[in-house]
Amino acid sequence: MSSQTQSSRFIPRLLLSPAVITLLIWMIVPLALTIYFSSIFYNLMQPDVTGFAGWMNYEFMITNPAFSEAIWNTLVLLAATVAITVIGGLGIALLINEAFPGRGIVRLLLISPFFVMPTVNALLWKHMMMNPIYGVLAQVWTFFGLTPINWLQDLPLFSIIIMISWQWLPFACLILMTSLQSMDREQLEAAEMDGANYWQKFRYMYLPHLARPISVVIMIEVIFLLSVFAEIFTTTAGGPGTQSTNLAYLIFNEALQAFDIGVASAGAVFAIILANIVAIFLIRIIGKNLEK
Amino acid sequence: MSQPKSKWTPGLIGRTAAAWFIALLLFFPLIFMGVTAFKTELQAIAVPSLWIFEPTLENFEIVNERSDYAQFAWNSVVTSVLSTALGLLIAAPAAYSMAFSPTKGTNGLLLWMLSTKFMPAVGALLPIYVIFQTLNLLDTKTALVIIFTMMNLPIMVWMLYTYFKDIPQEILEAARMDGASVWDEFKHVLLPLGIGGIASTGLLCLVLAWNEAFWALNLGAAEAGTLATMMVSYSSPEGLFWSKLSAASLMAIAPIVVLGWFSQKQLVQGLTFGAVK
Repeated sequence: MSSQTQSSRFIPRLLLSPAVITLLIWMIVPLALTIYFSSIFYNLMQPDVTGFAGWMNYEFMITNPAFSEAIWNTLVLLAATVAITVIGGLGIALLINEAFPGRGIVRLLLISPFFVMPTVNALLWKHMMMNPIYGVLAQVWTFFGLTPINWLQDLPLFSIIIMISWQWLPFACLILMTSLQSMDREQLEAAEMDGANYWQKFRYMYLPHLARPISVVIMIEVIFLLSVFAEIFTTTAGGPGTQSTNLAYLIFNEALQAFDIGVASAGAVFAIILANIVAIFLIRIIGKNLEK
Repeated sequence: MSQPKSKWTPGLIGRTAAAWFIALLLFFPLIFMGVTAFKTELQAIAVPSLWIFEPTLENFEIVNERSDYAQFAWNSVVTSVLSTALGLLIAAPAAYSMAFSPTKGTNGLLLWMLSTKFMPAVGALLPIYVIFQTLNLLDTKTALVIIFTMMNLPIMVWMLYTYFKDIPQEILEAARMDGASVWDEFKHVLLPLGIGGIASTGLLCLVLAWNEAFWALNLGAAEAGTLATMMVSYSSPEGLFWSKLSAASLMAIAPIVVLGWFSQKQLVQGLTFGAVK
């Protein structure tokens, strides 16, 4: 019998090992190298300057005025997009929860932006929607007698938030909608019999039911939105100035445009720390909901 | 749903109108892009926008000639399909193991796997770049397949785990009693019962890999560039040529959008990560 239990422990571990080992390598090797790079002088433009840099790279990164702005932009981008998509998605999900003519097609239309790759999303909005002269939004503004907005120039970060929200709203909406479909209809009807109004039903029945899917939506979005890159790269290139530079883009800039691997790696360490702070914060808050 | 055919009450009319309005509003940028792809450049930037015109296919031909669409598309197909297949091969056994032989550490292990997704891609870019440079893998499809696989692996394990956990343990135990090997269990129990979950997982990862831009841009470049990379070459000044930009965009997103449409139910189920029973 003991050989039985041994093999019954051995096989699950064996099956688990490829995933664990590859992920471990994927995590540790880049992390170790990033930390190492961040502690040495490593600038491709100054190959003769080498050696241990101590905290120099970190100091250089922190004293860069763009740094604190990049962290701020990263967090604003994240918070705004999550808020827009969760609230908007919830509203739309509640709206299309009951049957109506053409619901299937409406679902299809709603989910489509989620499949659009970030580079296409960015170019589509930059050139065709937000162009201040020919763009669709400019036409709408002119139609209502308003002065068209030069989106990417005057509201760069907000413009990027619009693009990203456009992509992730369908995601939030469909997850929440799928979850609403699984609600107990009889309970809802009973509540209606008892004279519950829409707000009461929302507060005491829909919202508790949606707590878990909302947590999932937030978690997935945070993972993807902390490192938004393509949308910024293809539209504003972080500008004007550094107004739409997030941490990911700042590091990219430092590495591939200033060729300073050392400083960029120091930035990357900050990005990892920031991600972990957000992750801990997140798991604290929504972990409860996920474990149920 | 066996409810009686709904009458056109004011409430229903209002809801229908609102839902259609919102859906069309959100879909509008894609309609605009789709229409613009068939315009000439002059028609494209007309203000107000033209909606009735004689469609032309010349943009697609130009895009095809200028950016070697077939090459980029082939790279996209190869990297997304191979990375998905490889990912499933690694993730499925792990998910199986965690779902059916859970230990005290299983929950922690799952959270740790997910936490690797919190490591920002930029944090790994430089080391990966240097490593691939040393291995002569820069700008190869192999590099992108490896990256896409690793990038999606935590999500794959997590999704498959939530699916497998829903398969009744008793069925597997019964199979084991009958002397089924791990492979038999997989083939005769897990595959038939979990195929929906495997399909959703695969689909999602296919979409994510197809649309991935960060790694494709930084490691892909010329030879291994995917469609996401091709699009960047239309950024500027070509971005001013709307019809060509639209035609290229349409060609880049059409395959995956159509796939997404056909599989949306399956896909959305998977995306809930077990949050919806």
